[in-house]
Amino acid sequence: MAENGIGARSLRKEDARFLRGTGNYVDDINRPGQAYAAFVRSPHAHARINGTDTSKAAAASGVVGVFTGDDLAADGVGGLICGWMVTDKNGENMKAPPHPALAQGKVNYVGDHVAVVIADSLAEARDAAELVEVDYEVLPANVDTDKADAEGTPRIHDDIPDNMSYDWELGDAAAVDEAVRNAAHVTTLEIVNNRLIPNAIEPRAAIGEYDPASDGFTLYTTSQNPHVARLVLSAFCAIAPEHKLRVVAPDVGGGFGSKIFIYAEETVCAWASRKVRRPVKWTADRSESFMSDAHGRDHVTRAELALDADGGFTALRVVTKASMGAYLSTFASCVPTYLYGTLLAGQYTTPAIYCNVKALFTNTAPVDAYRGAGRPEATYLLERLVEVAARETGRDPAELRRKNFIPPDAFPYTTPVVLAYDSGSYEAVLDKACGIADYKGFAGRKEEARQRGRLRGIGFSSYIEACGIAPSAAVGSLGAGVGLWEGAQVRFNPTGSVTVFTGSHAHGQGHETTFAQVVADKLGVDFDNIEVVHGDTDKGPFGMGTYGSRSIAVGGSAIVSACDKLIEKGRKIAAHTLEASESDIEYDGGAFSVAGTDRSMSMGEVAFAAYVPHNYPEGLEPGFEESAFYDPVNFTFPAGTQVCEVEIDPDTGEVEIVKFSAVDDVGTVINPTIVEGQVHGGVTQGIGQAVLENGVYDGDTGQLVSGSYNDYTMPRADDVPAYDVEMYETPCPHNPLGVKGCGEVGAIAAPPAVINAITDALGTENIDMPATPERVWQALARA
Amino acid sequence: MYDFTYHRASGVADAIGKVNAAAEGLFLAGGHTLLPTLKLRLARPSDLIDLQDIGDLRGISVSGDGVTVKAMTTHATVAGSKEARAAIPALANLAGGIGDPHVRARGTIGGSISNNDPAADYPAAVVGLGATVKTDKREIAGDDFFTGMFETALDDGELVTEVSFPRADRAAYYKFKNPASRFAIVGVFVARTGGGVRVAVTGAGPCVFRVGEMEEALAADFSSDAIKDIQIPEDGLNSDIHAQADYRAHLVNVCARRAVDAC
Ligand SMILES: Cc1cc2nc3c(=O)[nH]c(=O)nc-3n(C[C@H](O)[C@H](O)[C@H](O)COP(=O)(O)OP(=O)(O)OC[C@H]3O[C@@H](n4cnc5c(N)ncnc54)[C@H](O)[C@@H]3O)c2cc1C
Repeated sequence: MAENGIGARSLRKEDARFLRGTGNYVDDINRPGQAYAAFVRSPHAHARINGTDTSKAAAASGVVGVFTGDDLAADGVGGLICGWMVTDKNGENMKAPPHPALAQGKVNYVGDHVAVVIADSLAEARDAAELVEVDYEVLPANVDTDKADAEGTPRIHDDIPDNMSYDWELGDAAAVDEAVRNAAHVTTLEIVNNRLIPNAIEPRAAIGEYDPASDGFTLYTTSQNPHVARLVLSAFCAIAPEHKLRVVAPDVGGGFGSKIFIYAEETVCAWASRKVRRPVKWTADRSESFMSDAHGRDHVTRAELALDADGGFTALRVVTKASMGAYLSTFASCVPTYLYGTLLAGQYTTPAIYCNVKALFTNTAPVDAYRGAGRPEATYLLERLVEVAARETGRDPAELRRKNFIPPDAFPYTTPVVLAYDSGSYEAVLDKACGIADYKGFAGRKEEARQRGRLRGIGFSSYIEACGIAPSAAVGSLGAGVGLWEGAQVRFNPTGSVTVFTGSHAHGQGHETTFAQVVADKLGVDFDNIEVVHGDTDKGPFGMGTYGSRSIAVGGSAIVSACDKLIEKGRKIAAHTLEASESDIEYDGGAFSVAGTDRSMSMGEVAFAAYVPHNYPEGLEPGFEESAFYDPVNFTFPAGTQVCEVEIDPDTGEVEIVKFSAVDDVGTVINPTIVEGQVHGGVTQGIGQAVLENGVYDGDTGQLVSGSYNDYTMPRADDVPAYDVEMYETPCPHNPLGVKGCGEVGAIAAPPAVINAITDALGTENIDMPATPERVWQALARA
Repeated sequence: MYDFTYHRASGVADAIGKVNAAAEGLFLAGGHTLLPTLKLRLARPSDLIDLQDIGDLRGISVSGDGVTVKAMTTHATVAGSKEARAAIPALANLAGGIGDPHVRARGTIGGSISNNDPAADYPAAVVGLGATVKTDKREIAGDDFFTGMFETALDDGELVTEVSFPRADRAAYYKFKNPASRFAIVGVFVARTGGGVRVAVTGAGPCVFRVGEMEEALAADFSSDAIKDIQIPEDGLNSDIHAQADYRAHLVNVCARRAVDAC
């Protein structure tokens, strides 16, 4: 292994600036002459706007502009879009309601954007925002996902009946019916996947700046994908043509999906900067983040798993209602469909699967991809069903899983729900997980806990995810409005250092380190002489950004392709300089040598020759930089088994996570410390979903009840144990690094492991997430 | 926040003068309740009178009778005071369980009891120990101080200057934390003093209250077994997304027993 190459626990390059407080976030940026935006937000879940009077606000101290939806419309600014067209079961397009950046005649959730006030100072903008008079006609609210399509439920969008965007299906309904009829046992579950609110440490922020000299805009924004933001703001919102719009996403303090999307605020700040001829800045406060960041999950599902007499899974039927919130956010439609239904085979050979999803509008914040996006919902459902089936049929949960695993010699394996798994070692991973979890010793620990008056339970989760998103042709055929390749550019500087431009974006993942390790390994350049640049549409090639655990698998592969091109060019230069034939030049670890001799040239010497081409191959272009675009041939399929052990205090219902073991197969590991960190963070978010976090709207008023940290429970360090995390590396066969992606693993795997452990301890079939002390106490009272 | 005029008081008399001169003046202690309220634009005082320079309002004194904590003393100071801990360990433990280190470093006893958040911890100690609250103009018995949700016996512009807690033979506080805010969903302070047994409950209802039935049972037999079957009625208890009234009623029993066991 090269020092700081692939597999090394290199220290993170970015930590020096983050830990010293010298990171550069959007809110750290201040532009000359900058004004501040305050948004007037709907206090109602559902209301018609009969009139808006902005005159008092416009006359207030320091105000330089007050705008409403009419002003945006008059300038031809388009609404926010959903970039993935899902076709429903009748072949019709999903229904996507208009989503104006500032409301036009109606508001549809608490926090919906009504108007913007721009002033010299933030305080003046906020004061004046209170002076905007809005005449609301309050309408009844619809916030219950399960009832959103029921008769009598208030309709949110006039021309969308039953509040239904689409009624989608996947799989073979008839085959499932038949298998369920003939089953020896059918396990049935009704499951709620609770709504989550993302809570990045850095709230969303934007600065729009118009430059009259170039007639161009710069938008500084908290984005996971600045190029996609530029594309959407140009092509759909008509802010400016792409070549006149620069989007900069500098250091970004966490995203978890919530910063993929194109929101009203950055659209308005960019547009308004030309109206008021000043840079316009907005930074969300925490209340705004709770109200208006896209939320995650929010499913209600009824499901059946059919088993034969030997415990073999014969069929799975899943019927889900998925809340979309009030509008379709940027990628909302693909989350409960192609990122959900397609994952329902899990690690198992279930031959018949049918999935039906109704995507419904409610008077709540839009719901979109949140760490895991669809895959946690699928995994939760499946792994809960498997655990309950094991209990109902008197089987060991690990053995029932083992019996149904896709065996290692079955790959590539095509599931009944479209995906073609490329590789996997499910049984070996399970064995390793049982080992580190000391599954054999559990009975003793349970008994010991019982003597202390505590209820102890254990739960498994053998998960799979489709990551490395995604082959462009495949997603295109499913309705994606974009390709999902990635771009990279690797540039040697004449003195031998390297600048790497990537279309991926880092907001906590450590790409500046991981990607530099890949380049150090490939090109034999010192790690400290490599700089990774991202987050600016004026620097480097177009890129699709970071989400879906795609950065190393797709972005990293693009970097490898660019490195390979450099090596090929270097070979020509070395052959010329060393007076050998190209076919005699061997490349290894940064040095070109003539086979069987001691004549060689370093990568740095080659680069220098390319920039100072005095003695140079005829016809070869000078310069030493290469670009590459990488489109994956398939998804990657990280998989693993996580095991949770809990103890419950039967007096109070409190759950303590006492042991958490994970064996994850994310393919080749570039930096073990970073991968473990990603797993730790993901598992903590998964535990958060399972026992702590809940996005709650009041059933009558539609107010967001869990709109602050007084009521929305984020996991804290003392809520979780020290984790035992180990890897099992089955390299991905179809990308050059053998990587699969690790960012979402924990958030996907942990929730069912935790709930399986809690229900094991309680001896109940189900408990809804979050399993709060009160819910556990109620379950104990019922049992 | 809305605009206000900021003052620093040099002493108690100065603070009272300034608050009386203001149209709608409020004292500012640790600011851990008041400043978030202002930031959320939920309050609009004309003037803030900051108490932080008033040295007379800081400090702890311990005597044979008990512990006196001046109004501007932070929770961290109470939790860290060896003398207070030796005299009334339950009080120091309670202070050490408030919020997190940041909150304890700023929040004060005066601010906490004047605010009378239904989920705050100190009211349980004030009532549980039968403390006396001293203000710039009078003494108020702990039992009379807390009058309702976020309401106290204080007049407008009246300043809490100190709280005197009598020693107890045995005392303990057990708090069942709200998982999100970590205020009390239910907190029970149990104390046995020369004057009898007190059981004070915070978090469960709109305002701290005593449980007479438990006090009597414990006076006869100071053991958790003595109260294990005493279930308080759920009527009038708080209900929210973390705990409904029936659960809170149940927790009062659990917390009371655990407090007795910890005595
Ligand atoms: C994140 C967080 C967690 C917390 N967790 C807990 C917890 O677990 N348990 C708990 O009990 N508390 C908790 N608190 C509250 C904290 O304990 C503070 O003590 C409380 O906010 C009030 O004290 P303060 O000194 O900050 O008062 P301030 O916020 O300055 O003032 C509060 C109110 O009291 C008035 N006031 C202040 N001093 C006096 C005085 N001497 N005389 C008359 N009126 C006065 C003010 O005018 C104001 O109306 C928490 C707070 C935060 C922010």
